[in-house]
Amino acid sequence: MNNLKNTFREISRYPSAIFGGIIVLFLVGLAIFAMIKIPYSEAIRLWRGGEEVWYQNPKNVPPTWYNYFTKTKLPESFAVKASEDGEFSKTITQNADGTAFIDYEYKFDFEADDFPQEMFFYFDAAYESKSPFVTVTLFRPDGSDIKIGDFGVTHQLTYRFSQDERLIKRVDRLMHREIINPVEGLFAVLESKPSQPLKGTYKLVMHATTFEKDSDLNIEFVSHGQVSGLFGTDHARRDLTVPMLWGAPIALAFGLLAALGTSVLSMIIAAIGAWFGGWLDELIQRITEINLVLPFLAILIMIGTFYSRSIWVILGVTIALSIFTGAIKTNRAIFLQVKESTYIEAARAYGATDWRIIFKYLIPRIIPLLIPALVSAVPGYVFLEASLAVLGLGDPVLPTWGKIINDAETYNALYKGYYYWILEPAVLLMFTGLGFAMLGFSLDRIFNPKLRGM
Amino acid sequence: MTSETPSKENLQIKSTAADTFKRLMRFMSFRVLMLVVTIVVAVYSTIMIANMGGYVDTIMRNDIRESTIMKVAAMTANKPISGDARRQMQEEMIALEEKRLGLDTPFIIRSFRYLGNALTLNLGRAIYMVSDHGSKAVRAIILERLPATLLLMGTAELFLFFTSVFLALMLSRSYGSFWDKLVITLSPTSAAPPWFYGIFFILIFAAVLKILPFGGMVSSPPPETTIGYSLDLLKHMILPASSLVISAFFISLYNWRTFFLIYSSEDYVDMAKAKGLTSRDIERRYILRPTLPTIITNFALLIISLWTGATITETVFLWPGLGRTIFRAIGFYDTPVIVGTTIIYAYLLAITVFLLDFVYAIVDPRVKVGGGNK
Repeated sequence: MNNLKNTFREISRYPSAIFGGIIVLFLVGLAIFAMIKIPYSEAIRLWRGGEEVWYQNPKNVPPTWYNYFTKTKLPESFAVKASEDGEFSKTITQNADGTAFIDYEYKFDFEADDFPQEMFFYFDAAYESKSPFVTVTLFRPDGSDIKIGDFGVTHQLTYRFSQDERLIKRVDRLMHREIINPVEGLFAVLESKPSQPLKGTYKLVMHATTFEKDSDLNIEFVSHGQVSGLFGTDHARRDLTVPMLWGAPIALAFGLLAALGTSVLSMIIAAIGAWFGGWLDELIQRITEINLVLPFLAILIMIGTFYSRSIWVILGVTIALSIFTGAIKTNRAIFLQVKESTYIEAARAYGATDWRIIFKYLIPRIIPLLIPALVSAVPGYVFLEASLAVLGLGDPVLPTWGKIINDAETYNALYKGYYYWILEPAVLLMFTGLGFAMLGFSLDRIFNPKLRGM
Repeated sequence: MTSETPSKENLQIKSTAADTFKRLMRFMSFRVLMLVVTIVVAVYSTIMIANMGGYVDTIMRNDIRESTIMKVAAMTANKPISGDARRQMQEEMIALEEKRLGLDTPFIIRSFRYLGNALTLNLGRAIYMVSDHGSKAVRAIILERLPATLLLMGTAELFLFFTSVFLALMLSRSYGSFWDKLVITLSPTSAAPPWFYGIFFILIFAAVLKILPFGGMVSSPPPETTIGYSLDLLKHMILPASSLVISAFFISLYNWRTFFLIYSSEDYVDMAKAKGLTSRDIERRYILRPTLPTIITNFALLIISLWTGATITETVFLWPGLGRTIFRAIGFYDTPVIVGTTIIYAYLLAITVFLLDFVYAIVDPRVKVGGGNK
């Protein structure tokens, strides 16, 4: 106990150890948060989901906080459902003859310096034979109003602003010029060229009439802005929050398990070899030499290409290939020294079995050296997973940081200027790498007497 | 060593020399045998892995069947031909294609044939890959890519090695100075691999500043003059080479510095200082001399590591090197190319390890060949 306290006191003398420790703790916190916030199956459903899951998001837009760093504020994306979201009210007036008037009203502020990409209405109508009818009008801050359209709503109707020819013509008439995207005209100062955004509070008013007793109409209003969410979106409209959060537990699991498995197994094997000696030791030495010749990355790529891309298979192969490396030689050299100590002789004298000596007397001696090596090995494995993902061999199911970088590389994010797409996972990867490296580095200096004070 | 107490001193020297020679020979033949066994097992393992223990055969068979059926269907689309005749045609073509790729012999037999060919450096022909000159010979494919890899890796790694050893010597002299502390602080940055820095470099220098190319080896079309071509090559090489250097620079500097520090805190160095030798002499005679074997080993291993290239860095920078070729070969299930690169690496490694034993004996008087162990 006292020993542990001393170790902690020692660690706290190294600022880089504290810094690294904080990063590691933060990552562990992030991982736990991710797993609680988005359960595993939900994360996979979202990550694998297509348009039906992510229709509310625009494609390839930076995160909302991007606006803090730019002069031109970009419009945010949003999606509201009538009567579910507070601002979007829905009032039903029932008539005696079975018909009903439903009034919807949605007020929203528009303060951006640029225009939304696209807007949608998702109608969901319940009726037997006569479909409801709806009229939509937009009231603008300058007092004018523009009729978006009026239409009968069949069961599931998606209305896209940019594909309504009549709306485009109406907007063109108002702007006195041809405008490709009618959404731009709806939010612009009239007759401005180039379009000036008209800031203020907009009011969307819809009047619907239903013609049957139990008929109802639900409306969802979706605006694809130019920024979205905490981390932006990718080419498939997916919110990057999911892979960014879930990357943490996966990276930690892969890195820690690989580092732990590799170092513990190579330590045990080195101890067994050093203790028994003879042909067993010789065999371990030969296997290590053979393993040094084998192309590590190429074998991993082969496994990924031919056999399975599952992260757990890759993890197993990584551990198997990393056991018989230089570490086993270093450990063996230390064990050979320890083997000659008097306390081992004493253990032998009282008749301890071979296995008791190996696990109770040999291995514990080396654990102080093992801990820094283990922590320092984590970044390598975290980056290995990311490297394989960058080569397109990432786990097909799991959302990881490497997968985001791979997607970004595939869709030429750097060339097209979607910097956030690469920078976000890269920064998290870098933090992970730095955190473990700094901690491991300081631990090495603390535990390794040769390095003390160097 | 048992001495038989010879009468004449002369005789004793002679017998010891003969003894040493015999021991040396025995040691050497044992080493060679071990290395050969290592190479054979390693290459055979690679062959087995590259074929997934024969599973790749199944993939290739299915591939052949599918493409042949499509081919036959296209060939006979507008011809009056009976179903049986068509099926027979299919089977014949499939059998022919399987024979061409050697799939008609069982995998186990073929795996030993592959091993024999690989060990005699008969690299054979690629299955699908073709070199830019149109050759299918694995040798041609490898040789075509080798210069690009050697140029990039050689420049980066040699620069890295010599600068870090040289700077580390200087740092170890000014232990505890600002620069020393800076290197210690920055060494965790080496946790990230080169391609990771590569992405940042591309972002800064290619995407934002637009002063260096995104990737590739030369512009398209390439400049006509030799000087223009070299300059263009240099321009394309800056980013990949510097990401290779940056990602390993600080840790390598730190390791060498610590290594030199350990040796310079030996008692005999203090003794030499007390004797009043110049720091140049101390460095040369008391620090560099005992560390020389390690420096040579590292250098030798570095030279042969150039061979494998940097798969991911080359992929990120679209550098047409060997590493990317191996990656593509794996994508094509092109085992001859995979095995070919591995066998050459195995030979290079084995020869280097073997030669290092002799180099040690020459530069390090503490190393005794063969004898001396309990």
